[in-house]
Amino acid sequence: MSARVLTAVFRTEAEVLAATRSAREEGFEIVDVYTPYHVHGMDEALGLRPSRLTWVCFLCGAAGLLLALWLQFWTSAVSWPLNVGGKPFDSMPAFVPIAFEITVLFAGLGVVAALLIRARLRPGRAARPPGLERVTDDRFALVVRLTRARPGQHVFEGLSAAHGAESVLDRLEETS
Amino acid sequence: MAEVLSPAREPLVDGDKSYHDVTEDICRPLEGRPTPLWWGGITLSSLMLLAGAVAVGYQCLVGIGTWGLNRTVGWAFDITNFVFWIGIGHAGTLISAVLFLFRQRWRTSVNRSAEAMTIFAVMCAGIFPLIHMGRPWLAYWVLPYPNERGPLWINWRSPLLWDVFAISTYFIISFTFWLVGLLPDFATLRDRAKTKTRKALFNVLSLGWSGSVRTWQRYELVYLLLAGLATPLVFSVHTIVSFDFATSVIPGWHTTIFPPYFVAGAIFSGLSMVLTLMLIARKVMRLEDYITKRHVGAMCKLIIGMGGIVGLAYGTEFFIAWYSGNAYEKFVFANRAMGPFAWAYWTMVTCNVVTPQFLWFKKIRENFLLVFLLSLLINVGMWFERFVIIVTSLHRDYLPSSWADYSPTSIEILTLVGSFGLFFTAFLVFCRFLPVIAMAEVKGVLGYARRQANEKAYEKEGAPS
Repeated sequence: MSARVLTAVFRTEAEVLAATRSAREEGFEIVDVYTPYHVHGMDEALGLRPSRLTWVCFLCGAAGLLLALWLQFWTSAVSWPLNVGGKPFDSMPAFVPIAFEITVLFAGLGVVAALLIRARLRPGRAARPPGLERVTDDRFALVVRLTRARPGQHVFEGLSAAHGAESVLDRLEETS
Repeated sequence: MAEVLSPAREPLVDGDKSYHDVTEDICRPLEGRPTPLWWGGITLSSLMLLAGAVAVGYQCLVGIGTWGLNRTVGWAFDITNFVFWIGIGHAGTLISAVLFLFRQRWRTSVNRSAEAMTIFAVMCAGIFPLIHMGRPWLAYWVLPYPNERGPLWINWRSPLLWDVFAISTYFIISFTFWLVGLLPDFATLRDRAKTKTRKALFNVLSLGWSGSVRTWQRYELVYLLLAGLATPLVFSVHTIVSFDFATSVIPGWHTTIFPPYFVAGAIFSGLSMVLTLMLIARKVMRLEDYITKRHVGAMCKLIIGMGGIVGLAYGTEFFIAWYSGNAYEKFVFANRAMGPFAWAYWTMVTCNVVTPQFLWFKKIRENFLLVFLLSLLINVGMWFERFVIIVTSLHRDYLPSSWADYSPTSIEILTLVGSFGLFFTAFLVFCRFLPVIAMAEVKGVLGYARRQANEKAYEKEGAPS
């Protein structure tokens, strides 16, 4: 099976935002929007749900905290209790600084790893359909997929032109 | 679309830039040949680095007996440099993370280079405890790994060990933050690359960044989370560095004021180093439109504020030394101001308390040559602050029989020179090969200039068909 994919290219943030909103209202299936920077309000325009990466960050931090506290306790009080200046073996207050650092380390690295996995960012990955090199420079691209039940090509072209699109690209996409 | 435009606000970027202008201005210097000024700078800094490498090599072979330390003054130049460089790093995090959380949009022009500065400064700082160990090839002993000695574990109650974890975490998180911030700009460089090598290189570095809105959404969240993590981290790092001193029973070190005093001093010194570097980068990389009066002015004001806190801390230390009624504390502070190292103390006070006061005047803030000179003076003053804290507290011990003096050897001085060499070499290489300004972020805050950018895009390329 193959589906037709239309891409409207815009010059400004305001245009692509407005076009995205109306494309969504018209009932188009929006594949993606490519922008050179994070356009505020685009999440709402697309109706994206908030990311759950916050939870990954929290859980990784909690894991780091527990690991650091356990390691310090186990090595100082269980594995080889060593008398340091008469301090108690389980000197919790002295374990706080390192527990904090490890919490931050795990939370930070964990959430970045989760971002890379979730957004499928990895070395050598093909960036995007060809012909859109300028979306990392100064262009904004709105990509929709045409399906039988949805409005057709001319509706999208009209809508894009009304919002000031520079061009509309048309290509076929293999779907499995 | 309705946009909120406030004509009362100065634009963050001068010269009516369009998005494409931003890309061009930042990328072009990376794709062309370096300027003679750059070649001059890198030659000088690599010579300094080479001198430092020779000195470090020599002291590793011979031992740290090559330093001017003695039984009484057991910490001096080396730890001064360590604390100085760590402090420099902190302003980078302040700008990239704390100002981000406070929604200070002017930071976009300076955050990339300030973060780079953090990474290089922490690298410089890391060298000093490493060589201070005397046998740096055994440095891995500070890590908790199951070993053949029992396993005999490390002493988790020592502030020096807390330092190991604090500095390593700080370096790793700062580096990650910086790399994540670079992803969209790597993609820009990939998409405009002309040669095969550049294309392949940035293809790997950009990790296939596409500018997709879903990725942007996650990316913004991760950026916010990292900023939220880095903010308490930066305070914890210098707090822990100050514990190295505060948990000991040396008069002049054993005070509860140390953590906030050190953090304020760190940010103060770091901001002045950011200013020094910005003013250099602005000229060398021709970024006059991006680093404007507004950026320099904002940093000057932060410096006045931080300088005030540092000055207050100096006064408080003296007051408490007198008010405590502790003979040893009183003596240490009288000795600081009037003893053999009085020259170092008064250099510190002049540079750190008097110098920032000039920045109250708008005329001076807008004269970049003067600002540059003042920022250099603050750098010098903050180096002396650490020297004064460390050496004057140690050189007059409880027992007059163990009183001693200290002067650095040529090896110690060369090591300091070498650390500056490493710092500036790394910074110049960064300026040459990576975008010094976060393009994606600057494009996001063209704000005031955005409407003009839109109109300009139409003018240049014709109205939309």
